[in-house]
Amino acid sequence: MRESVIMKIHYGTALASVALVAVHILFRLTQGFSESLQYESVIANYEFLPYAGMLEIILILLSIHGFNGLRVILLELKQGPTFEKSVTYGCIAAMALIILYGSRTILMTSMGMV
Amino acid sequence: MTSEGLQISKEESGVMVSPTKTITLRISRYNPKINNESKFDEFKIPYQRWTTVLDAILEVKKHLDHSVAVRYSCRQASCGSCGMKINGRPALACFTKISDLNSDVITIEPMNNFPIIRDLAVSFERMFSTHKKIKPYIINEVSEINPGTKEFLQTPEDVEKYIQFSSCIKCGLCNSACPTMATDSLFIGPQALAQAYRYVADNRDKGKDDRLKIIDDSHGIFRCHFAGSCSQVCPKGVDPAMGIQLLRGYLLGFRD
Amino acid sequence: MAKVDENKEGIKGMINPTRYGIERFAYLLMRLTGLGLLAYFVAHIYETSNILRGKVGWQEFLAITQTPEGHIILAIVIGMSVFHTVNGIRVMLGHGGIGVGKPARPDYPYAPQSQNARHKIAIYSSIVLAALAMMYGLAVMFGE
Repeated sequence: MRESVIMKIHYGTALASVALVAVHILFRLTQGFSESLQYESVIANYEFLPYAGMLEIILILLSIHGFNGLRVILLELKQGPTFEKSVTYGCIAAMALIILYGSRTILMTSMGMV
Repeated sequence: MTSEGLQISKEESGVMVSPTKTITLRISRYNPKINNESKFDEFKIPYQRWTTVLDAILEVKKHLDHSVAVRYSCRQASCGSCGMKINGRPALACFTKISDLNSDVITIEPMNNFPIIRDLAVSFERMFSTHKKIKPYIINEVSEINPGTKEFLQTPEDVEKYIQFSSCIKCGLCNSACPTMATDSLFIGPQALAQAYRYVADNRDKGKDDRLKIIDDSHGIFRCHFAGSCSQVCPKGVDPAMGIQLLRGYLLGFRD
Repeated sequence: MAKVDENKEGIKGMINPTRYGIERFAYLLMRLTGLGLLAYFVAHIYETSNILRGKVGWQEFLAITQTPEGHIILAIVIGMSVFHTVNGIRVMLGHGGIGVGKPARPDYPYAPQSQNARHKIAIYSSIVLAALAMMYGLAVMFGE
């Protein structure tokens, strides 16, 4: 993939996640911070499907943005074909892993499998 | 008229003579063929208000140690030869006055991110090769001036769009200051990127797509993070950071 | 052929924010906050997975995070996010050529147009907003 396409994705995920993370944080401030973190309140949030969907989107956007940023930093620190391939595929793998792990939490909780 | 009657005017100079002071120069000495690591030699040099760092280094060579290796030429900030790290910051030695540094000790080292040949002289091979890579010439399929025309026409407004970037004297200070160049051996560098913009912005040039393809690389324009250090150190006002962001605008779709 | 020593400044040069003004400091802070936020993001995904252990597991997780130390860490995360966001928007606009000035004939003292007051103000604003957000966050968390 061309670097300009990767960076357009990097900027796009940044802008989109700003808006959605702001909503995520506001949810914690509506009831009072500690009350919003109580078990029942959190379960209710997950079972509200639009909110669960929003969390899933935040998870994907931030994983892509964060691990692409890490990839850029690592590529600048050391060069070489083996290292660069390992960093690229390692970051993609880490991205996928965190998305899968987070999605498992969101899916199971929103489907009431807790 | 007799000489007694003629009052010869006394020439009085309005120029204030600057008092001579002494400064300590710490010059990095390193010969990769002989030494394992660099060391500093100290020299005490007299200086005046207008003495430049290059003047001081040449004083060292003249009277104290003629083996100090330094590259210089024009002594007027137009050739770009005397780039070096002065008190931790890349600068042209001929364009830096000792009195402006406000320091009793001046540490002079070779520019970072350039292989050292000896002492203060560094190799520009990498910078020249990255510069060549971006095709630093007008690309235009019209190789001969058409009969009936005199020249490729350019209005003063067309010239204003790129003339700033054509002031580049290839001194390498920008590449030395760049934080990405500090760790990335494959980064194309602010000098080459600014020159790429110089040609893309020139309306006589038709090679924009070629150059954009060259810089759209994992160690190309997107490894610039707009830290702006290149523009901070540029002695000719080229402002490579501006050129790079304007060039990136083409790739991101902000300009076409 | 022997490998030529490239005389690179290395990481020390990359992380030294002192010689080139506030823009270089903002570059360093952007990297540090990015790495910090990535670490928090991974930790957050792990810690919130405790909901799958039921109410007991969730309470155990809250016992670790809803502490003064947890609140301070969260306040730092709030500061990092606000700085990274606001400065990121400035950098994104800059990357598109917005606010970097217009090319003109350079003249002594050759002050670079791209290092202008707009960008400096944006950087200072992002630092101030981050500090304000941290204070608000601390007020909410410790105020309860």
